[in-house]
Amino acid sequence: MSTTAVAHHDEHAAHPTGIMRWLTTTNHKDIGTMYLTFSLIMFLVGGCMILGIRAELFQPGLQLMKPDFFNQLIGVHALIMIFAALMPAATGFANWMIPLQIGAPDMALPRLNNWGFWLLPPSAILLTLPFTLALFGIGDGALATGWTFYPPLSIQGGIGVDFAIFAVHLLGISSVLGSINIIVTLFNMRAPGMTLMKMPMFAWGWLITAFLLIATIPVLAGAVTMLLTDRHFGTHFFDAAGGGDPILFQHLFWFFGHPEVYILLLPVWGFIPQILQTFSRKPMYGYKAQVYSFWAIGALSVVVWAHHFFTAGMPVPALLYFMYSTMAISLPLAVLFFCWIKTMWRGSMSFETPMLFTVGWIILFGIGGLTGLVLADVAADAQYHNSYFVVAHFHYTLFAGGIMGIMAGVYYWLPKMTGHMYNEKLGKLHFWLTAISFNLTFIPQFFLGLAGMPRRIPDYALQFAEFNMISSIAAFVLGLSQLIFVYNIISTIKGGKKASDQVWEGAEGLEWTLSSPPPYHSFSEQPIVK
Amino acid sequence: MSSQEESSHNESLSADEIRSAANRRLGFKMAWIVLGSLLFAFSLVPLYNVLCTVTGLNGKTNDTATTLNDTKVDTTRWVTVQFTSSTMPGLGWNFQPKQASLKVRPGQVETALFEAKNITSQVVSGRAVPSVTPGVAASHLKKIECFCFQKQALNPGETKVMPLRFFVSPDIPDDIKEMTLSYAFFSVENAQ
Ligand code: HEM
Ligand SMILES: [Cu+2]
Repeated sequence: MSTTAVAHHDEHAAHPTGIMRWLTTTNHKDIGTMYLTFSLIMFLVGGCMILGIRAELFQPGLQLMKPDFFNQLIGVHALIMIFAALMPAATGFANWMIPLQIGAPDMALPRLNNWGFWLLPPSAILLTLPFTLALFGIGDGALATGWTFYPPLSIQGGIGVDFAIFAVHLLGISSVLGSINIIVTLFNMRAPGMTLMKMPMFAWGWLITAFLLIATIPVLAGAVTMLLTDRHFGTHFFDAAGGGDPILFQHLFWFFGHPEVYILLLPVWGFIPQILQTFSRKPMYGYKAQVYSFWAIGALSVVVWAHHFFTAGMPVPALLYFMYSTMAISLPLAVLFFCWIKTMWRGSMSFETPMLFTVGWIILFGIGGLTGLVLADVAADAQYHNSYFVVAHFHYTLFAGGIMGIMAGVYYWLPKMTGHMYNEKLGKLHFWLTAISFNLTFIPQFFLGLAGMPRRIPDYALQFAEFNMISSIAAFVLGLSQLIFVYNIISTIKGGKKASDQVWEGAEGLEWTLSSPPPYHSFSEQPIVK
Repeated sequence: MSSQEESSHNESLSADEIRSAANRRLGFKMAWIVLGSLLFAFSLVPLYNVLCTVTGLNGKTNDTATTLNDTKVDTTRWVTVQFTSSTMPGLGWNFQPKQASLKVRPGQVETALFEAKNITSQVVSGRAVPSVTPGVAASHLKKIECFCFQKQALNPGETKVMPLRFFVSPDIPDDIKEMTLSYAFFSVENAQ
């Protein structure tokens, strides 16, 4: 009886094919696929931009580009990587996996979901269009302020700043819509019997990310709107001559900006323990401790923002407060590290590609966290601020902690999503090349920063030449290795060894009870969770 | 299709409808949070100004003249006031303090001189924005008369010496022995 009902349903939902299917789809898997594809494309675009930067930095002196264009590449690279690569990748997995993991037929607000995605391509175009316009003599190129939009530079900048402001508005609306959808799905659509404290860690990570997003994205939107009115409508929010204050912008920006780094990482912290338990073949350690740590980190993340501008001038009590509160975040983070390691402890581990990425991730992200602790020290930060040390630090957290974590997730779930096994040899090759060239790219940058090389500078003093050369060569290896990843994904979608429903021997959870690939409508009959 | 199947199908549809109504309700509740944090962002602007006035966070000094009451001069200590200046882009002036620093007794009225020269061929007006470091000292630097209280206009090629009359309040904490007063001159054309 139930099967006829299901068949009946599918007929009703006869959907358009071709491009109209993707434009109008409200199916969570279609939308998830679009997010992930968009993210991969933008990852490559942002990567090409930064390879331009590394080529310029290969030697001291100005060889390839004007300083202004250099600055545009850096700013747009960062905006693309954060808003168009990392965030959509996490949202893509949320769309694909959250309904499967909590036993829901789809996301709660499917139409909203479709709009959320289709705001992304226009904003990517807005971000990059000024480059093209400049070729035709319109304007002077893209935003050249760095991704942080600091005034007064951003008030003096050309049309690239306006384009970037509108892009940020659209990206912001998109993530707010995505977040509302995820919150509603997690609260209203869980299978009977799945209490909040039985939700998979990935769902927990996203729940907190979504709350952080709807609380902080509007602050960013407000800040860039004030910037826009300062630029064109004669207000003086950030203009000292008119009684405003440029430092106010830094407060507003980082009130969003710091939670943003946890927004990027919480979803990854969600699936890391799931991968660890699968390949260690034992249940994850300290589920409750991890959930509470998520909450603690989410709450702390909104009260520490000023550590990004210790050097802008603050009363000493404020410096001390922001230093200690920032350092306090490392406590719940240490709890998480402990739980991850304890999950592997005495497990019968095997090292397929997702597990390699995960174990590598733990080590590299650990380095990112530890160097952050160094930067949180007010006295030390006076030296390191705005140096390459910072650049190296946030790449250990964002490239290793973010992108490599996402890659672990891709290898882990790709067989479930496509129904085929990826090429394990190529996957392992991709891991080793990425891990080694990543370290060779960014370890030299730590030393450059300690030696005093400032960031966002196209030329540098001669004593920095060797380390920059190593870093540039490794960056190109890192960039090219990603082509293996792209090739592996495409060939897995096209074909390959059939994946079983469970895919991995130790995998547990609702998503592994469905066929690989799962049916178009996931759980027409909601499963009961005991 | 039997009638029984038909009815079970309808039932599940209406359950779907109930659920999607609940979903929409929760969605709108979340939208209120979004609106709330947008309002919060804009309310941070006045809040920030209040906080700065209270703590001297951004080093702002009084922007109207302080009147000189019979303030006692504290002859037991010295405070060094250093002067620095900058001209913002878009203002074609040279602008410098005429003295690098002054050693003053708290409560004693002093005069510092600044010199501005218009190096363009037009009449140009500018406005000076002061800032004191460390921020906690800002409220203890009292200005009796300052060129920064009004905008200043200079004819082409004109040089003008501009005075600042001030005293350091005797209430200034003992541990502040030095402060820096900085003036940034902005063009008034693009900031009325
Ligand atoms: C092939 C991989 C990558 C390389 C070689 C690379 C290299 C660089 C370099 C050299 C800079 C700064 C240059 C300067 O300031 O002078 C930079 C900035 C930045 N990158 Fe990357 N990057 C890569 C991937 C990523 C990824 C995946 C993300 C984010 C998820 C990211 C986020 C950022 C951010 C936020 C900045 C700061 C930009 C600014 O503050 O102006 N990068 N990157
Ligand atoms: Cu931060």
